[in-house]
Amino acid sequence: MPRRPSKVSARFVIRTAVAWLVTLVLFFPLAWLVLNAFKTEQQAISIPPLFVFTPTFDNFIEVQRRSNYLLFAENSLITSVASTLLGLAIAAPAAYSMAFFRTKGTRGLLMWMLSTKMMPAVGALVPIYVLAQKAVLLDTRFALIVVFTLSNLPIMVWMLYSYFKDIPREILEAAHMDGATLWQEFYRVLLPIGMSGISSTSLLCLVLAWNEAFWSLNLTSAKAGTLAALIASYSSPEGLFWAKLSAASLLAIGPIVVFGWFSQRQLVQGLTFGAVK
Amino acid sequence: MKRLLPRALLAPAVITLFLWMIVPLVMTIYFSLIRYNLMQPDVEGFAGLENFEFFVTDPSFITAVANTFILLGSVVAISVVFGVGLALLIDSPFPGRAVVRVLLISPFFVMPTVNALLWKHMMLSPIYGVFAQIWRLFGAEPIDWMTDYPLFSVILMVAWQWLPFATLIFVTSLQSMNREQLEAARMDGAGYLQELRYLYLPHLARPIAVVIMIETIFLLSVFAEIFTTTGGGPGDASTNLAFLIFKQALLNFDAGVASAGALFAVIIANIAAVFLIRIVGKSLD
Repeated sequence: MPRRPSKVSARFVIRTAVAWLVTLVLFFPLAWLVLNAFKTEQQAISIPPLFVFTPTFDNFIEVQRRSNYLLFAENSLITSVASTLLGLAIAAPAAYSMAFFRTKGTRGLLMWMLSTKMMPAVGALVPIYVLAQKAVLLDTRFALIVVFTLSNLPIMVWMLYSYFKDIPREILEAAHMDGATLWQEFYRVLLPIGMSGISSTSLLCLVLAWNEAFWSLNLTSAKAGTLAALIASYSSPEGLFWAKLSAASLLAIGPIVVFGWFSQRQLVQGLTFGAVK
Repeated sequence: MKRLLPRALLAPAVITLFLWMIVPLVMTIYFSLIRYNLMQPDVEGFAGLENFEFFVTDPSFITAVANTFILLGSVVAISVVFGVGLALLIDSPFPGRAVVRVLLISPFFVMPTVNALLWKHMMLSPIYGVFAQIWRLFGAEPIDWMTDYPLFSVILMVAWQWLPFATLIFVTSLQSMNREQLEAARMDGAGYLQELRYLYLPHLARPIAVVIMIETIFLLSVFAEIFTTTGGGPGDASTNLAFLIFKQALLNFDAGVASAGALFAVIIANIAAVFLIRIVGKSLD
């Protein structure tokens, strides 16, 4: 049996304590939000702050009753899932083409795609708003889906490309030799092997679309608003009702924060375009 | 067939991205040169550089540019300095490291509007806010952060979101560090400061550069946090370039002036982008 070091060094103890302390301080606002979501309004603003109490679920019911929470949740879900699927449909063939039919221009093309991601959203605000207005697409899910897809497309192509290019060519060639059609090659060979890459990419894009706030705030209002826009409407005077604000917020961020925990690695790869491994 | 297929597969992505890039840009340039008010369709005609002149001579402009860079500089500095510190702190194993990692990264996945209201109301509110309670605990007069220090408040919430991002990048990068070299340095009796100076920091140089540039691109257009909390105020105290452009476009309905401002934002972002693309390009080979 391996013997534990008899003397745990003081440095180790201090380092562990500091790491935990800093982490708890940084995480505190979120923990506070979670606690407040289960308090009554009086408990939420009690002085001194209340840490032990009997949880209530009334806030969640109240949030739905007062602001039709589910409609906004549905909008968030539909726009983020649809934009991810649409993005995959456009990005996967492109990434496949660049990974397996590499030409002299591939590198330049990838760099150019990356550069489109660097345009600040506010730079396109007026034209996109005017176009949406002229096409009577303001406050529609369709407009959001298109904008989310386009703004995530460079990240999707880039990530899928980096996964696909690690797949050995020989596998595809062997399938080709055996007389597989292009569709079979894609469906039977590439898809199963590339599945982890495809799901990682989708996960990251879901998170990004779900949390997107700039376009949601500017292009939607009551009909197609996402959760990000709904929460913004709590700014005031509803913001004074902390328990309800917390409950609405918790519902809006809960699933995605958990998703985020699982997509850390993809996040690093996707948002740094592979520059940090 | 052999040569057509790859191009056909590429075409949808290339065409949509090309349109996404060029159409807004051309429209923005065009709008910036004409008189264009969303609420007054009868006002029209070529404006020359009037829109640019109006945007630049607007007293809010200098404030907005200054605020943009103060916000950007502070958040980048906070996230790089503390990010490196945190990453080094949790690089080697200790009890609960996996949990710490998950908790630390969480704020990055909180949507900007939730982040903004969480801080505005529950943390910074001068009466019931957590900060006010801590201040009172030490017998100090609570501060009305959002009113008296609006820009600082915005910096605080944005930094809270982006510090985890920087930490995550640095932690990931440290994992690929050459452990043998580190062992060798320890054998030779290198102190922690020497390790830091000669091994850790050189290794982190590239991720630091990447974090600075990515944050620059995102933070130049911080919007939702300002929109949901201060509304750019009081006065222009927390208005940045992105918010000023939004104000011109959708509150004053002056699409021409807003477009002129948007071109400024695009140019500033492109300067950061050039450097980022160069670094990413190196990693592609």
